[in-house]
Amino acid sequence: MSDHSHETTHESGEAHGSMRDYVIGFVLSVILTAIPFWLVMARPLEGGITAALIVIFAAVQMVVHMIYFLHMSPKSEDGWTLTSLIFTLIIVTIMLAGSLWVMYHLNTNMMPMPDMSQLP
Amino acid sequence: MSTRPLSAPDAAVEFYDFDEHDHPDGHSTMLGFWIYLMSDCLIFAILFATYAVLGGNFATGPGPRDLFELPLVALNTAMLLFSSITYGFAMLSMQKNWVGKTQFWLAVTGLFGACFLAIELYEFSHLIHIGATPQRSGFLSAFFTLVGTHGLHVTFGIIWLVTLMIQVSRKGLIQANKRRLMCLSLFWHFLDVIWIGVFTFVYLMGMLR
Repeated sequence: MSDHSHETTHESGEAHGSMRDYVIGFVLSVILTAIPFWLVMARPLEGGITAALIVIFAAVQMVVHMIYFLHMSPKSEDGWTLTSLIFTLIIVTIMLAGSLWVMYHLNTNMMPMPDMSQLP
Repeated sequence: MSTRPLSAPDAAVEFYDFDEHDHPDGHSTMLGFWIYLMSDCLIFAILFATYAVLGGNFATGPGPRDLFELPLVALNTAMLLFSSITYGFAMLSMQKNWVGKTQFWLAVTGLFGACFLAIELYEFSHLIHIGATPQRSGFLSAFFTLVGTHGLHVTFGIIWLVTLMIQVSRKGLIQANKRRLMCLSLFWHFLDVIWIGVFTFVYLMGMLR
């Protein structure tokens, strides 16, 4: 089932997965999903460490999905998929970090407001 | 290709390519679709940023701890993960030109997708029923927008999947249909990647907040 390398060469540019890829990706995803859920539901660790761990697990799982399900590789489409992905990640990082930074300072520098819930 | 040296003064200078090279049908579709996915990624990034900014504004309304049920979210995540690997099986069958198996795995993928949507709609209707509507607080507006946009993408993915199943049943696994199935494959797995962000940052982090 896994040996069909002769069939994957008929089209250039597009990456194909193999049965092995999908199974590895699936098993890794299940593990990388189950652990964060368990960490939050059972709470064996304190909050800060748990938060850091689940973010790391999410990042690793995203990479696993990219490699095993989306078949990303530096070679696919002559590297253009990876280039566009990196460009997008840079934009996303600037946008997310910038929004949080600006909005945080905006909130802390706000004039004190009356408690809105007490208003009619 | 014009590779004439500029030092030859009598030669006609060619500034662009006259003999256009071969463009096979759909040769750039996959890259183009990938670029679309990247732009979709930006939409979700904006919604994530909105949620990150507004996620703490409860307006004395209910917070994540009062609203979210992690077992339900875990079930939802499992549905999407199963649909990802069954779509993978559909792609493997497609590479071997097995029409029946491809259709079978596409149908299974569609069912898992539909289960995901059903669970999400149940969750939304439950939230709205207990008064946690998008109008209730900034947190809930951002929550419904982010998770709802993802759900909308899954809805359109299922519509696309059914369309392609009809296409394959009529025309078979022709090259154009294979290309379409590969585009949907990217779309479907991409939605799973977005869901990782949703369950981590919205649900799990919400419970820690």
